[in-house]
Amino acid sequence: MKTTPDNSGDVRLSGISKTYGSFTAVHPLDLTVPEGSFFALLGASGCGKTTTLRMIAGLEEPSTGTVCLGDQDVTYLQPYKRPVNTVFQSYALFPHLDIFENVAFGLRRRGIKSVKKQVEEMLELVQLGEQARKKPHQLSGGQQQRVAVARALINHPKVLLLDEPLGALDLKLRRQMQLELKRIQTEVGITFVHVTHDQEEAMTMADTVAVMNAGRVEQLGAPTELYENPQTTFVANFLGTSNLIEAEVDTSNGDDIVLKAGGGKLVLPAERCSAPATAGGKVLVGIRPEKIALTHADDAGEIPAGRNRLNGKIADASFIGVSTQYVIDTPVCDEFSVYVQNVERDGRLLPGADVVLHWSPAHTFGLDAAQDIDAGTEEEVAA
Amino acid sequence: MPFVNWLKRRLVVIAGLLTLGYLLLPNVVVTVFSFNKPKGRFNYEWQQFSTDAWKDPCGVADMCGSLSISLQIAVWATVGATVLGTMISFALVRYRFRARGAVNSLIFLPMAMPEVVMAASLLTLFLNMGAQLGFWTILIAHIMFCLSFVVTAVKARVMSMDPRLEEAARDLYAGPVQTFLRVTLPIAAPGIAAGALLSFALSFDDFIITNFNAGSTVTFPMFVWGSAQRGTPVQINVIGTAMFLIAVLFVLTSMVVTNRRNKQKA
Amino acid sequence: MSTLTEAPAPLAPAEPEHKPPRKRGRFTPYWLLLPGMLWLIVFFALPMIYQASTSVQTGSLEDGYKVTWHFATYWDALGEYWPQFLRSVSYAAAATVLCLLLGYPLAYLIAFRAGRWKNLIMILVIAPFFTSFLIRTLAWKTILADSGVVVHTLNSLHVLDVTSWLGWTAGDRVLATPLAVVCGLTYNFLPFMILPLYTSLERIDGRLHEAAGDLYAKPWTTFRKVTFPLSMPGVVSGTLLTFIPAAGDYVNAELLGSTDTRMIGNVIQTQFLRILDYPTAAALSFILMAGILAMVTIYIRRSGTEDLV
Repeated sequence: MKTTPDNSGDVRLSGISKTYGSFTAVHPLDLTVPEGSFFALLGASGCGKTTTLRMIAGLEEPSTGTVCLGDQDVTYLQPYKRPVNTVFQSYALFPHLDIFENVAFGLRRRGIKSVKKQVEEMLELVQLGEQARKKPHQLSGGQQQRVAVARALINHPKVLLLDEPLGALDLKLRRQMQLELKRIQTEVGITFVHVTHDQEEAMTMADTVAVMNAGRVEQLGAPTELYENPQTTFVANFLGTSNLIEAEVDTSNGDDIVLKAGGGKLVLPAERCSAPATAGGKVLVGIRPEKIALTHADDAGEIPAGRNRLNGKIADASFIGVSTQYVIDTPVCDEFSVYVQNVERDGRLLPGADVVLHWSPAHTFGLDAAQDIDAGTEEEVAA
Repeated sequence: MPFVNWLKRRLVVIAGLLTLGYLLLPNVVVTVFSFNKPKGRFNYEWQQFSTDAWKDPCGVADMCGSLSISLQIAVWATVGATVLGTMISFALVRYRFRARGAVNSLIFLPMAMPEVVMAASLLTLFLNMGAQLGFWTILIAHIMFCLSFVVTAVKARVMSMDPRLEEAARDLYAGPVQTFLRVTLPIAAPGIAAGALLSFALSFDDFIITNFNAGSTVTFPMFVWGSAQRGTPVQINVIGTAMFLIAVLFVLTSMVVTNRRNKQKA
Repeated sequence: MSTLTEAPAPLAPAEPEHKPPRKRGRFTPYWLLLPGMLWLIVFFALPMIYQASTSVQTGSLEDGYKVTWHFATYWDALGEYWPQFLRSVSYAAAATVLCLLLGYPLAYLIAFRAGRWKNLIMILVIAPFFTSFLIRTLAWKTILADSGVVVHTLNSLHVLDVTSWLGWTAGDRVLATPLAVVCGLTYNFLPFMILPLYTSLERIDGRLHEAAGDLYAKPWTTFRKVTFPLSMPGVVSGTLLTFIPAAGDYVNAELLGSTDTRMIGNVIQTQFLRILDYPTAAALSFILMAGILAMVTIYIRRSGTEDLV
């Protein structure tokens, strides 16, 4: 199922940017999407991810830089001459054509006469064989979505672009379609570039995720890498939830950095710190809520040595089935989130109880303190 | 008081139906009087039932000639206004350009202008240019006042059209011409058809502007106007009734066809 | 999966295009606009200028006319024909109010209460358009005839006594009176009121009625506080679409009225086509245009609906 090994399905963006008047939608950006990969551009609305996608499709001309497919420079190639197809947001199915003709559209435009067999096979792939003669508005959202995918894939594009393809579906269907798209991608082996604002969607489907913010790529990597070791506050907050606290660098001895925060000391592996750590300087210390363990203050002695510790008082607790989410008031931060799996619940962990938070230093990450500590939180994204 | 309550609940329906009656009453009268056999020159009072006029609709001198002139003008005015108006609508919706405000006002003003003003000023122009009044001056005038209505109808349709459809076409290997013919035009078609239909109706039925700029050419509305002075032949009612029936049949048929097609597909 | 393993069809020319292509399409909008705009400029805007210039000319048909900036034509025209102006405005206003009162229930009926009859009623509202309006206006001569049912009924109910006292009708007649003209105007322009009203009513979410009812509003209060305000765009464009043509109309005054009901349209028509006094006719037409434009502008500003087209 591999196409020619000439990397002709690579997408290489070099220094591309897009400005509209005085507004810069995309800052100069370099990006390589290897052939056959499932690549996601993740970011809030207006971050430039769709503009980037449209520049690859040829629907938008970059202000600077080049777009290459394999070795071919396609920067100024008209969209109808590019071996790239798009699954549009809200699908853009042609309302005046039936499903069959929608799927056959690209083949017919390229002058292919006998399209019946190909279209039927394609409709089988997306399980819509029965619906061939219906008009798009007679199909459900999920079916329309599959037609949009079929309409693009039938042309054997080198790259398939997906612009928020699941945005209009309800949650359950979205989950189902995520798996479906992943299956199709594995089956056809075409490079997929997927634009989404849903971090869960990006992490479930993509091999590589590029997190975009305000026209720039904040961080690029595998989903686990992005989640476990975010490099900016935006990534830390936008992907899941992070507790960020400001700390002062006490000592730095090669492998570990020791930090002072709220009277206590925290240890951070130097390789997990993306900021320069000089003694006396400031660093943001981050820890994911599910990595933290809670122990009642009376049992503080049982906590193994070598773990990072903070004292606090439970401000709020909400039971949500698989876990309990606590909000802890600590000297360094008054809204510390902690998620505890409901395995053995300690009946004393109620609002008002004094607790000790502790976690493995290996789960700690360090960020540059010069950044906005709230970047990428939901309130900010909504605003 | 159950009756009062019943009345209260249906007040809107009753008032609405009364208005509908008011709107349709003249058509009923026109139809009934197409079977009249009037005594004098005027067909305003009921005398006796007769189908004479229906058997000989062109039996009045010049009437069918004027009808044919009106039809010709209406067809050409529709074609002209639809083509020009559609082009303007696309420019307005799809492109950014200077002088947009001026273009919009120039489209809006003819619709906000009493017909008699446009009629009189156009006549001043034709007189100044020494133009020969007749078929061509009528056609020019009709295209002029139909244009704005076409623009309004088509613009509404094109505006509600998702620009992504055209992008999708371009993405699927359709060049600019193919995109326009295969996607844009078919989707804009209902709006264009509505504009064309409106143009035809407006042009065919226009009296005031035509009356000023017709010279000695007589269109059907002008024939009716003249007959109001000289004597109204029953055939006028025959034509009026036939037009009404054709219109209703046309709309009903198209509705039945669309319904059936939708049912088949579903 | 055989179809998908085939090599992609050759699509693009092999040579890369390194330079941005010539910006095609920059002039496209202008080419699209050009013919139609030229048409409107030459046959709509230019005539207005010609008319303005004609209105300040003096001379005679035999010797030709010259621009002499003779503004006195305006004063003379206004002085002589102000009753017709006044009549045009008042008849048109009366017809507009009647159209609103008659049209609103029907538009409401189509929008909310017609159910499966909706399309049929719509057709019945539009279909009369296809019968020449002159023929339909002439039908009112029959309906309002002196010996007809309508006049007979109104007479026996002594309605005509009241309207005669008000000056709307004369004696036992309806034809050839202001009432007949207003009735004809109302009839002719009613669809222009109903269609925009319907369009704006149809956009109202039916759940708003339920919400209002849920919040203790009685039906009439719901209408006053919710439905009517939301239908304002339709009311504004409907009244404009009725008032403007009604104020310039002369067909109804000619066919259903008498010399005492002549409107400004009749005067302009006579001056232009019979008396051939072009300056006076042009001045009258110019005053009518300016007056209507001024009224429309003020009206639109005050009602705060500027997106009519």
